[in-house]
Amino acid sequence: MHIKILGPGCANCTNLERIAREAATELGLDATFEKVTDYGAIAGYGVMRTPGLVVDEKLLVSGRVPTASAVKELLAPLA
Amino acid sequence: MAVMERVHRATTRQRWAGLIIAALAWWALYSANLPFWNWLLGDVAGLDLDTRLGSGVHFFLYDTVKILLLLTGIIFIVTVLRSFMSVERTRAILGGKREGVGNVAAAALGVVTPFCSCSAVPAFIGFVAAGVPVGVTLSFLIASPLVNEVAIALLLGLFGWGPTLLYIGAGLTIAIVAGFILGRMRPERWIEPFVFETTLGGQAVDPGYALTWNDRIQMGLEEVRDILRKIWPYLLVGIGIGAAIHGWAPEQWFAEHAGPENLFAVPLAVLLGVPLYSNAAGVLPMVEALSDKGLPMGTLLAFMMATVALSLPEMILLRRVLKPRLIAMFIGVVTVGIITVGYLFNAVIPA
Repeated sequence: MHIKILGPGCANCTNLERIAREAATELGLDATFEKVTDYGAIAGYGVMRTPGLVVDEKLLVSGRVPTASAVKELLAPLA
Repeated sequence: MAVMERVHRATTRQRWAGLIIAALAWWALYSANLPFWNWLLGDVAGLDLDTRLGSGVHFFLYDTVKILLLLTGIIFIVTVLRSFMSVERTRAILGGKREGVGNVAAAALGVVTPFCSCSAVPAFIGFVAAGVPVGVTLSFLIASPLVNEVAIALLLGLFGWGPTLLYIGAGLTIAIVAGFILGRMRPERWIEPFVFETTLGGQAVDPGYALTWNDRIQMGLEEVRDILRKIWPYLLVGIGIGAAIHGWAPEQWFAEHAGPENLFAVPLAVLLGVPLYSNAAGVLPMVEALSDKGLPMGTLLAFMMATVALSLPEMILLRRVLKPRLIAMFIGVVTVGIITVGYLFNAVIPA
């Protein structure tokens, strides 16, 4: 599973990455993480509010930092 | 956070009961605020509330609590209402609009769309690459910070409906007119070319879609937490300065130098406000204290607009997509608009 965190490096992006990493570890997922900071690339995913969470090229969340349990609910069926 | 997890799992009955209890607690605190400080400072601590020190301290404590309560209540309500709107929906609405009508729609949507100027760059790219005219996009970007929920909440709480509605009307007008003028100047020349080369891939996720009430309430709580965490230093400094002005600043001096007779007061206030980076929460306590000292509302609102609408960090962000020429014109047009509004208000509202 390839997880991308979209955002220019704001506090929210760091929070989202931390939550996503924790969720992946707890679910025992084999996930690689990548930060996408380039604005053109971020906009390319259709994101207009950062941060964004992309899993295997599919945008799952944009514009807010979901809670840890919400991220787990999103990632669990994709494992 | 434990509270968020509980909201996430709440049943319908727990949710509405929680909301009602929270609303009653808010109302009780808001009503008790003034009598409480009068009692604590006046009766218990024995301060004379008519002295400079007494009124300054009273202003600081009473105002801090009042503003925090107002912010909490209004940010929560506004965020829950706004969760029915999204930047994606706004873009879809603006996509088919021509300039003119588009500027009006963009300014209005700038007020109701959940948006933070930290996302100005991806939103700008998203709008322009989807074919929304540049001038219309700029109307949105001007209105969004200028007429925001924090400003509206505080104006309403501190000054009542009149100045609040004037402020909203003026903010919208500036956003519409400035966006329209900039749009007429063929601004496409001054935009970094990569913006037009961006292809919008992927299926846009609409965050406003398929949210439950629990999600919306959770977003409201998160927003209150995030905004308060971000603005509390500004707020304390602002209220501190406000308290100092309240207790110590000589009324005579302000009346002579910044009163309605001084024609240069408005442009001076605006030029002072543009480089100052603060937000409505930091500026309004000062505005309140200065208004008590007899400064005219137009001068004060112009100062506040200049502080919140134009900020150096946002300009640095926008530099990624706009060339310096367009940034300079953006600042220029908005500044002139704010000065004009300041004069108009001073002419309409007697000090």
